[in-house]
Amino acid sequence: MEKMHRARRGAPLAALAAGLLIALPALAQEQFIGLPSYRVGPYAAGGSGIYGGWIDYMTLINERDGGINGVKLTWEECETEYNNARGVECYERLKGKGPTGNTTFQPLSTGITYSVLEKVAQDKIPMVTIGYGRTDAADGRVFPWVFPMISTYWSQASGMVKFIGDKVGGLEQLKGKKIVYLYHDSAFGKEGIPLMEQSAQKYGFTLKQIPVAHPGNEQQAQWLQIRQEKPDYVILWGWGVMNPTALRAAARSGYPRDRIVGGWWSGSEEDTIPAGDAAKGYISANLSGVGTGFPVIQEVQKHVYARNKGNMEDKNRVGSVYYNRGIVHGILTVEAIRTAQQKFGSGKPMTGEQVRWGFEHLNLDADHLARLGATGLLPELKVSCADHEGAGKVKFQQWDGSKWLPLTDWIEADRAQVRGLIEASAGAYAKEKGITPRDCSKEP
Amino acid sequence: MLYREAGQFKASYQADQQIFPIRQDRVGFALVLAFFFLLVPALANQYWLQAILIPVLIFSLAALGLNILTGYAGQLSLGSAAFMAVGAFAAYNFMLRVPGMPFLLALVLGGLCAAAVGVAFGLPSLRIKGFYLAVATLAAQFFIIWALTKFPWFSNHSASGVISTQAVVILGYAFDTPASKYLLTLSVVALLALLAKNMVRSSTGRAWMAVRDMDVAAEVIGIRPLHAKLSAFAVSSFYCGVAGALYAYTYLGTVEPEGFNLDLSFKILFMIIIGGVGSILGAFLGAAFIVLLPIFLDNVIPQLFGGLLSSSFSSNLQLIVFGGLIVFFLIVEPHGLARLWQIGKEKLRLWPFPH
Repeated sequence: MEKMHRARRGAPLAALAAGLLIALPALAQEQFIGLPSYRVGPYAAGGSGIYGGWIDYMTLINERDGGINGVKLTWEECETEYNNARGVECYERLKGKGPTGNTTFQPLSTGITYSVLEKVAQDKIPMVTIGYGRTDAADGRVFPWVFPMISTYWSQASGMVKFIGDKVGGLEQLKGKKIVYLYHDSAFGKEGIPLMEQSAQKYGFTLKQIPVAHPGNEQQAQWLQIRQEKPDYVILWGWGVMNPTALRAAARSGYPRDRIVGGWWSGSEEDTIPAGDAAKGYISANLSGVGTGFPVIQEVQKHVYARNKGNMEDKNRVGSVYYNRGIVHGILTVEAIRTAQQKFGSGKPMTGEQVRWGFEHLNLDADHLARLGATGLLPELKVSCADHEGAGKVKFQQWDGSKWLPLTDWIEADRAQVRGLIEASAGAYAKEKGITPRDCSKEP
Repeated sequence: MLYREAGQFKASYQADQQIFPIRQDRVGFALVLAFFFLLVPALANQYWLQAILIPVLIFSLAALGLNILTGYAGQLSLGSAAFMAVGAFAAYNFMLRVPGMPFLLALVLGGLCAAAVGVAFGLPSLRIKGFYLAVATLAAQFFIIWALTKFPWFSNHSASGVISTQAVVILGYAFDTPASKYLLTLSVVALLALLAKNMVRSSTGRAWMAVRDMDVAAEVIGIRPLHAKLSAFAVSSFYCGVAGALYAYTYLGTVEPEGFNLDLSFKILFMIIIGGVGSILGAFLGAAFIVLLPIFLDNVIPQLFGGLLSSSFSSNLQLIVFGGLIVFFLIVEPHGLARLWQIGKEKLRLWPFPH
């Protein structure tokens, strides 16, 4: 209520000052975003960092810009505990809130993503899954309501192959090399296998897959095997406690850490700090930039934390891997709403259907990113009806013992290869479910 | 005063042995059924049906299954979630691979597959008891989830191991609205609960209870422990399997093996401990308690302390309050919520005169 009063008093003044007296907003306009967050349980580090960053970015937009073209962002958190059943409950609870209902659902959990995959299409709420979820949903013709933006797991695997190729002096040098794919034995861990197998055939390297049973706090046998295999590189596709354990075991068995390449769920401060010195030199992929150097993060410090409105309890986490990924979630959501407003009416709250259009026509080029102060924080992105991934790029970073340092610029995946796998998988899904893919040439 | 059985004479064995011998109970239960079958689908919105009532019913069924095994036959099991997974994946594969498979038949076949697996993992119960058996059923929990992830055939070669269920159609009627899914779930659960109630009152149930109380004595009076224990495993796993299939088909729509992890098994075990071990009503009360209380707290705590607490603290506070309430209920009534209801009934019979 307090917010509304302020907006009502503030709006006429601002309009007078500008000398413009066009239709004044009768009511403070609000755009509701439901946040199915998790701040307890084994994955609380990821949940609190990403949702914290996201909330801070939305606070920044409200504080600094007065919302998106005057439309204030409002949100509500719902604790999912990373549990599918609780996630569905949160989805249903948040669905009808706010003047236009919940306008986007981003659960940060592959399990919850799958559980609401069909519901979002019925309820017309776009679901954005950045760096997790169903990979083949990048085929927007079959999955109009799902946006696995920036990069999918297959783009990550392809980016890793390219990165290792660069390291050994070109992709053709991969021939005869040996790469171990050490993975969390679950749906998540197996996600990278199809692409790795295809790449192994294409470039002629030997791929050795070694599973680690959940939760992965016992890896003696696996690292003994790695010691015998003597691979040139180890890809670490881990999750939670499996990551620091792998690094410690690698140190014990004497495997060089700078030849271990982790995925983006293996590359946060929470993965390396518990491993202590064993993590030094370890490399991981990331789909967002790291550190507080980005202008947008400094704006958050200035407009949010300096006014004591920040969401993070530990302010030192601002600029950490998960926090910055949360800022990226915020940027993509806000820019999609802005894009939708450009088409459906500036200064109005958008419906889920309109925000979906906004996501599908999101185009963040270098200029746009620079205006947002996010150059390097996320790659240039252009989403389209057919391609819901938008970028397909990853960055690599290295742990220096106390913080992550950027190692490379954006590396683009072999998009033709990734796209081929995505279309084949999405096509099989469409056939099983009896879905006729959209004809993208006829989309507005 | 109201709850008096004075004047209700039983003239036949049949009348004496019915499930609800007291008229007030019969009327009350009929009203409860009418409420849930007729009134709820008409009044409840999608949120209540889809996010609250359907999961409570499904977990009640799973808890009922575990209660048969643990509460009635005395065999501690930590594999309930895995048997649910067997039911879900088996029903999915029957629907997928057999053309024209009726949904209800797939449901039953899914339950039967779970029963077969349950019997296999129940075999050690003939030799080992108590906590050792719990550890043996833990093997079922890990093995089944591993097998479902390991062999892609189970998930029809889906890259991620996740299955997405087919539409539920019975006799040409598509169950696609929340209300229809709720009614389907409720019917299955009500039918199976009635069956369970009758089973535990029959010679099968008495054999289970005899084995639970003292298996040597049970053997002496002519009960075959092999038969009693394995039938308890079979029936229990059947219930869990059907619950798993409903979980996939009427609740989530897509399931992954990891969804049926050890946490879920523990949750089902807590349901029967809170609800009441060895009680049909307890399974329902326990499931409602474990499913609804966290959601209730998540709604209430942020509203009560909205501005004061950070969201992380409020999330943790919910868990603290939830744990505290569990301890409180176990201290106040170690025999579970069902026992509280029983005590309440006894008090009601005397009310308003204390003697």
